[in-house]
Amino acid sequence: MRYQSFTKLAVAALAAAAVVAAPAAVQAKKLKVGFVYVGPIGDHGWTYQHHQGLLAVKKAFGDKVETTHVENVPEGPDAERVTRQLAQQGHDIIFTTSFGFMNPTIKVAKQFPKIKFEHCSGFKRAKNVATYNIRYYEGRYVNGVIAGKMTKSNTVGYIASFPIPEVVRGINAAYLGAKSVNPKVKFKIIWVSTWFDPGKEADAAKALADQGADVIFQHTDSPAAMKLAEQRGISAVGQASNMKAFGPKAQLAAAVNNWGPYAVARVKAVMDGTWKSTDTWGGIGAGMLNIASVHERIPADVRKQAAKVQADIASGKFHPFTGPLNKQDGKQFLKAGEKASDGLLAGMNFYVQGVEGSLPK
Amino acid sequence: MELIVNILLGIVIAATPLVFAAIGELAVEKSGVLNLGVEGMMIVGAIAGFSVTIETGNYLAGVGAAVVAGALMALLFGFLTQSLLANQVATGLALTMFGLGLAALLGQDYSGKAAGNFPKLDIPVLSDLPLVGALLFGQDYLVYLSILLVIGVSWFFRKTRGGLIIRAIGENHDAAHAIGYPVVFYRYLVLLFGGACAGLGGAYLSVVQTPFWAEGMTAGRGWIALALVVFAAWRPGRALLGAYLFGGITILQLHSQGFGVEVEAQYLSMLPYLATIAVLVIISSDRLKVKLNAPACLTQPFRAAT
Repeated sequence: MRYQSFTKLAVAALAAAAVVAAPAAVQAKKLKVGFVYVGPIGDHGWTYQHHQGLLAVKKAFGDKVETTHVENVPEGPDAERVTRQLAQQGHDIIFTTSFGFMNPTIKVAKQFPKIKFEHCSGFKRAKNVATYNIRYYEGRYVNGVIAGKMTKSNTVGYIASFPIPEVVRGINAAYLGAKSVNPKVKFKIIWVSTWFDPGKEADAAKALADQGADVIFQHTDSPAAMKLAEQRGISAVGQASNMKAFGPKAQLAAAVNNWGPYAVARVKAVMDGTWKSTDTWGGIGAGMLNIASVHERIPADVRKQAAKVQADIASGKFHPFTGPLNKQDGKQFLKAGEKASDGLLAGMNFYVQGVEGSLPK
Repeated sequence: MELIVNILLGIVIAATPLVFAAIGELAVEKSGVLNLGVEGMMIVGAIAGFSVTIETGNYLAGVGAAVVAGALMALLFGFLTQSLLANQVATGLALTMFGLGLAALLGQDYSGKAAGNFPKLDIPVLSDLPLVGALLFGQDYLVYLSILLVIGVSWFFRKTRGGLIIRAIGENHDAAHAIGYPVVFYRYLVLLFGGACAGLGGAYLSVVQTPFWAEGMTAGRGWIALALVVFAAWRPGRALLGAYLFGGITILQLHSQGFGVEVEAQYLSMLPYLATIAVLVIISSDRLKVKLNAPACLTQPFRAAT
């Protein structure tokens, strides 16, 4: 689900060659752990956070593991080749970290039944393929609470990429969070039809600011909106990683993906011989999502309130999608007290009541 | 009222990188050379401009570096197509891929850094006028440069001997050669100018518009600039118009979403392209005129007859 470019083909080919050339150190006891990344580690977003997961594995097991990573692997045939090479070199567990790596992972896994595969964000599993992902919407709800309290114009801007459940769920969660503390809040949503175009993301943020939004959410990959919020003296919420460098004053808080605990647990399971194919969808409670850098300019009571919501979500006491909740057209989809099932969340293709505008199909 | 001014300001910023890249490519095509590497030259300009701005803290140095970097890329293209007579289309495509890869390599240490705000024109009283002040007298310097470039290129091709020679080379390089003009030399010069302009366009994106560096951040603007040249029927004024039309519709569709216009976002995203195509169809309905405007020697390799 990341953008691609020709260069990635070239870089991936080189990287793959480097992997082949690396000496296949045959030290019987060392567990070999491989990671396949879709972007560069330096993207300060998606891939950067996954690499933090690799570093956590290294830190946790030290000499007992040997890690390999391949950056800039394009989704498609190259992903299959890179994954197969890692398998052929005798890696014991391989993490493939982009949605588009799903089919290549399944294909390679069939050929190497003894190797464990971990695919991030997909829905296809096999005996030796587990899947894992983060409940990003929990972070969006918490940040929605902060945004709802902090907005003075009662207008929150939201830069969205494509109308898939992942993104729609994020909008709904942020809206419900904001609405829970500020009944007057309105969301202005702009769909930019791209994951990555810094120029267009900046233009969209500008349009939102011009129309009176004073807090901006984004579900795109570059920090353009954060940078613009900083220039305009308004607020924004960081996405995927901490964007404080781009908005030291603007960033209210950032929802930061934390893959480390999961990766460490899974590597440990391989060591102990307890690894099983599972489907993990973890959130704040599992430590897979952190709300980072909550800005000190936010009043203490708001920070406290957000922390309470965060703690309740973590403990399972509260679910961001708890009924009674209606769809945009007023039809109820959750009865009073009912919590949304994972199936409902995974296929969410409607706005909740109160969000204005029509959802692109 | 203030919102309208803000929308217009947004349009200027969205259009300016396209103006730079399109006016440079227009001049290049006037000399009978098609350089499809605009995207590659832009992105190299973007990282060169950004990295030098960060390292020196000097915007002028950054812009200068972008100009030089874009021109160097064009020099490479010139060497391959003019001196070695490589196919222009293939070389141009290769230049784009090379540029994207090179920029990603050079930019490794610069992702995650942010630049400050580019200096703006500030004339006492005039810049502070309500509404028109910010629009006419309060833009960043590069916006004025882009407009001056368009006027300059237009004037150059219409009124100067050098412009006439380059047009002659573009129309019939054999004839121009026969009466003693150094065809390849002139083409090199124009290519360098085109590269410098593309580099500026890229730098505008990374130093002024966003302002930060991210891999692949030109996101197809080089290709739009190429389309604008055809759209403009090789006329500088129309290229400017085209860039502003494209930027204008891009910004307006973003705003209309914010206002809750009930049109599917995908259609709105298509609008700038649709409008460009529509105008292109209207302009090219007069086939003879298009033929007259397109440089006759476009993409043809030149080998001096002995």
